[in-house]
Amino acid sequence: MSQIMFWEALRRAQDEEMERDPMVICMGEDIGVAGGTYKATNGLYDKYGPERVMDTPISENGFTGLAIGASFLGVRPVVEIMSVNFAWLAMDQIFNSAAKVRYMSGGQLEAPVVIRSPGGTAHQLGAQHSARMEKVFMGIAGLRVVTPSNPRQAYGLLKSAIRCNDPVFINEHELMYNMKGDVPDDEYFMSLEGSEVARDGRDVTLFGYNISVHWALAAAEVLSKQHAIEAEVIDLYSLAPLDRAGIAASVRKTHRAVIIEEAEAPVGVGSEVMAIINEECFFELDAAPVRLSALNIPIPYAHVLEKAVMPKTDDIVKAVLKMHGRG
Amino acid sequence: MEVSVKKRLLREMLFARRFEERCYEAYVERKIGGFLHLYPGEEACAHGVLEAARPGKDYVITGYRDHIHAIKCGSDPKAVMAELFGKETGCSKGRGGSMHIFDVEHRFMGGYALVGGPFPLAAGMAKAIQMKGDDDIAICFLGDAANNQGTFHESLNMAAVWKLPVLYVCENNLYGIGTRIDRSTAVIDQYKRACGYDMPAEQVDGQDVEVVYEAAKKAVDYVRSGKGPYFLELMTYRYRGHSMSDSNAYRQKDEERVWGARDPLVILRDRLVEAGEMTLDDFKDMDTEILENIENEIIKFSEESPDPNPAEVEKYVWAENDPYVHVGANGGAA
Repeated sequence: MSQIMFWEALRRAQDEEMERDPMVICMGEDIGVAGGTYKATNGLYDKYGPERVMDTPISENGFTGLAIGASFLGVRPVVEIMSVNFAWLAMDQIFNSAAKVRYMSGGQLEAPVVIRSPGGTAHQLGAQHSARMEKVFMGIAGLRVVTPSNPRQAYGLLKSAIRCNDPVFINEHELMYNMKGDVPDDEYFMSLEGSEVARDGRDVTLFGYNISVHWALAAAEVLSKQHAIEAEVIDLYSLAPLDRAGIAASVRKTHRAVIIEEAEAPVGVGSEVMAIINEECFFELDAAPVRLSALNIPIPYAHVLEKAVMPKTDDIVKAVLKMHGRG
Repeated sequence: MEVSVKKRLLREMLFARRFEERCYEAYVERKIGGFLHLYPGEEACAHGVLEAARPGKDYVITGYRDHIHAIKCGSDPKAVMAELFGKETGCSKGRGGSMHIFDVEHRFMGGYALVGGPFPLAAGMAKAIQMKGDDDIAICFLGDAANNQGTFHESLNMAAVWKLPVLYVCENNLYGIGTRIDRSTAVIDQYKRACGYDMPAEQVDGQDVEVVYEAAKKAVDYVRSGKGPYFLELMTYRYRGHSMSDSNAYRQKDEERVWGARDPLVILRDRLVEAGEMTLDDFKDMDTEILENIENEIIKFSEESPDPNPAEVEKYVWAENDPYVHVGANGGAA
């Protein structure tokens, strides 16, 4: 086991897969000579050369489509889109080509492409560099969506995504690339479908994904120390598909659910998890489920305004206390 | 071009014409649904280019006007028609339809229905070919109006930067859906636009299959030699509307007359007749034989084929039993 940073975990996964399989390539803006905006491809250009570590022009739909076309013939591209805000420009190719080609060809073609991209609200990046887009990607049949919350997941999910024969979108976070965490030294893979229990508890389930797992864990500590409430934290690292069984199992245990999402509430992870709870275990509930989401506005620039958009530890604590009749 | 090749091409193009006309009838009979984009008038483009390439081996991709390109790549016309009929025996198992003909065995990599969508996919296939070190090439057929999409510029740029073995064929039929090119496009000659991406480009008559063949031969040889991409513009005309839901009201009668006089089948037929290589009766016999084949083999097969099973409607969305979806408890290699 080694303590490494999130970006190092991504770099290690890509390096191992490129070394193993000459058809694995990576491409994106500034990922080669410049070493990658988030260092996820650091050193790979020197090791594998410009044919396999491709610095692309700023043409998101074009180079994503190019990667998809290459994947038709057995290439395994890992595309880095510098920010999910730019992934909007590549939506046509991701949705219309990658996600649908297996189906509309009657199973003849597949697009085993990986698209990595950081979303999230970082530090005063403004409305057009702070989008959270997981809600858009997770509603598309034929596209897998995973979102790692720590270096161990970043490594294991990327390894599996590269080898999986479906297209996989990996939703990363601008603020998490320097996060440290334990990653096993031996090679390992993570299931692309599922969820993880990030903290065991019995009184309420806090559902989070990506950065909001950490918000949930912080709130769980406060609940435990100050209010003697033991919250279970479920890490929904797979957003498409969501882990129905895992969600239901935790709610059956705690009978209360709070979903914490960094994105705006409409048509998002929170609404989906609530729907699943309704469908799977409605009569297990002791309180109406709650979702804590970002305000439904473009992300503002000023620091105080930016902070005002996101749910905070205190909001989570208050919501849980209210559910227990202590609000 | 040898006489035997000319005769075969005439036969193939006549078959293409009759196939598409029969699709029209089947659509009116409601045997075919959805959108249907037909190729009559443009036959010399697909046939001339692919005759100069290696159909079935080179990778071909196109838009939604795709039946004939697939057939020229080697697809069984029965499977193409059955696809239009929405049958399980269709080349895409009834999941694709007219706009999504696929036949990967013959390296026909699909028809795509977003205008301009195949530009980057073709560049990507060329990237894969380049990595594998094969001497195959990728060929992308699209219409003139697709060049007004961003993907045209993004893809030609990347293809040139990375010297990818891809031939872009522009079938310039003068209309983007129902809008004439001079009303939508600043530069009318499309080959000039490719020059902005530093690749050789040429514009030739797309109605004379021999002219198309000669120009394509040059283009294909260039791309196959590893020098990079090439852009070939073929001046052509489609007789029918953009799709079956198109009234065709935007056309001018004299324009139709001018292009009708330059029909690709008539040009090649008359050339063979004038050279004494065939008679008009030979041509009529060929036509009769083709019509009978379409009716007795292709339509019959499509009519009699089974529908897809609704119990299998969710098949082909995901890879089946992919080991990385659920890996072992220890996270070891699947």
